Amino acid sequence: MATQNPWRINRDRARSWLVSGGIHAILIAGAVFMLFPFLWMILGSLKTYNEATTAGFFPREWHFENYPEAIVVMNFSKQCAYDAGNPLDIFDKCLLLRYFANTIFIGMVAVLGVLTTGVLAAYAFARLNFPGRDLVFIILLATLMIPGELTLIPNFVLMVQFPTPESVIATAFKLDPDAQIKNWIDTYWALTIPWIATVFSIFLFRQFFKTIPNELFDAAVMDGATHLRFLWSVVLPLSKPALITSALLTFLGSWNALIWPLLVTNSPQMRPIQVGLAQFITEAGTQVQLLMAGATMTIIPIMIMYLILQKWFVEGIASVGIRG
Amino acid sequence: MADTAQTVPPVQPNSPARARAKSWRRTDWFAYIYLAPALIILTIFHIIPVIYALWISMQFGTVRNFRLACADADAIAKIPEAFGILRNFLACFDNYNRALNAPEFWDAMKTTLFYVLGTVPPTIFLGIVVAYLLFQKIRGRGVYRTIYFMPHVISTVASAIVWAWVFDPRNGLANHFMQFIGLPVQQWLVEPDGVFKLMGESLKIEVPEWAEGPSLALVSIMIFSFWQSLGFDVIIFLAGLTNINAELYEAGRIDGANGAQLFRHITLPLLAPTLFFVLVISVIGSFQAFNHIFAMNRMVAQPLGGPIGATRTVSVLMFNTLYAQQRAGYATAIAVLLSLVILALTLIQFKYLGRRGEGA
Repeated sequence: MATQNPWRINRDRARSWLVSGGIHAILIAGAVFMLFPFLWMILGSLKTYNEATTAGFFPREWHFENYPEAIVVMNFSKQCAYDAGNPLDIFDKCLLLRYFANTIFIGMVAVLGVLTTGVLAAYAFARLNFPGRDLVFIILLATLMIPGELTLIPNFVLMVQFPTPESVIATAFKLDPDAQIKNWIDTYWALTIPWIATVFSIFLFRQFFKTIPNELFDAAVMDGATHLRFLWSVVLPLSKPALITSALLTFLGSWNALIWPLLVTNSPQMRPIQVGLAQFITEAGTQVQLLMAGATMTIIPIMIMYLILQKWFVEGIASVGIRG
Repeated sequence: MADTAQTVPPVQPNSPARARAKSWRRTDWFAYIYLAPALIILTIFHIIPVIYALWISMQFGTVRNFRLACADADAIAKIPEAFGILRNFLACFDNYNRALNAPEFWDAMKTTLFYVLGTVPPTIFLGIVVAYLLFQKIRGRGVYRTIYFMPHVISTVASAIVWAWVFDPRNGLANHFMQFIGLPVQQWLVEPDGVFKLMGESLKIEVPEWAEGPSLALVSIMIFSFWQSLGFDVIIFLAGLTNINAELYEAGRIDGANGAQLFRHITLPLLAPTLFFVLVISVIGSFQAFNHIFAMNRMVAQPLGGPIGATRTVSVLMFNTLYAQQRAGYATAIAVLLSLVILALTLIQFKYLGRRGEGA
């Protein structure tokens, strides 16, 4: 090092500064492109209608009242009345809350379902011996090639034909004199049950379970553990990354689903937030500031979740890409 | 039995542990109980519907009132008499026949192809570029990663609302930007004319009809999908890059390779499997584009697939046929045709690119 020309070192340093400066410039430009729509949305949600449609970039005053107004419009021009005597009533009277509650409920059922069915099936595929194992697995993998578009309408037709369990029970046992068989359209059954198992999760879990060393199995056998016990206390704790990835992706997919809930719901009370928001576009009409307020409100929960769990989101997606 | 017992001397032949170890190696019949919940759901909602789709695609009428196309006198009458007894059978596929002869189906196919070609390659290309820049041990990599991926997490309807407003012809950001760089303001989402035609008009050049390109409305939607999916590609490419053994770069540098050569001879070939994965996923995904087209068209208060069909992809056509026209059979025939195209493209990618991807 001592014999090296000092000018050369300076030149190299200057060059590396220039390169990293250039990289940052490009990346910052990209980041601005990514973030600008969000800023534009929040600014728009705080303007008056005239400002939003004609004037410049910033609102002259912050019009926070757009938010409650958006809630009222979303509620078909009714106030969200809170009744202290019957607090749960708010979910029936306030559609925005109802949409959120529906979305969270549907997402939770999907996550719990996908984890339970996926873990059990993946364990069977990864660790158990039974006739037809490889054949069934290959058939499942082949279904990954089926586009969602193809099964959409048949599933919708199934929903029209399936009777809901509660209406079948009510009719069979004459619980209600006018009980009738109802189909799955406009029920939580249609919104949740078809999505409580995915091939993708089974595949992901199986890959993970296969990496767990055989010695652990042997040790568990020596200790006299059953398969369920071993699955619960050894396999699952070791597979946390796969479980979290699958849970997040399932929740995100459920949160963002649009075409299915659009097809199978009729009444506002059954809508998840995506469909509610799509309906709100029509309700709010040209009132852009209200649309921006509505959109802002719906993205806040998922944004907070993302910022807290972003490491899991990013690493989950990355690991899926590498494994795929 | 006797000689296996001799090969495992430490465990007593009759010990309970050994008996259990043996029992774990036997056929685990209860495995079917573990599989049952997943298999029942997947069979009912993912496997049977594929077969059911073929059946529905042979039906006329509405969902609650199906009529088999084969039994329809008009459908049979359409088939030339030369087919004889086969006429009844061929009439079952009347919905396919109609779709393949409908100009709107081919227009939708063309729109979908424009959409796929206009979104997948640019997103993948810039995805690699950004991932490669982030890979250069840049400071704040985590922050950039979080920001670039954010649009992918936010619900499509909410972000489509914002982007439709960005593209607003009167006071949208897009037109502010156009004015800023000295270009004429545009109609964006409500512009049915092709982008090359519009460019030609502003340069006073007559563009022939075949070279008009995708409508500006569709291009606006492409810009949105680029914005939404870039981060996804970046994350996956970044993971692919991180997986490449650093020693290879070291060896390359010792051999005197410069940055471009390292990228060309080490990064690209080793990134090929990742690239292949992203390509397959993106093509499948963009062939089914629907959510943002739905939301953005609603925002500008034009019918789904507007202006004058300029953003009517095959998925949109299918949805309209089912939802607005209640023709479930015809809509399913469209879905089957779309699925065949997607399947064929996926197989082609596997055949011609997959092997190279796996070999790297």
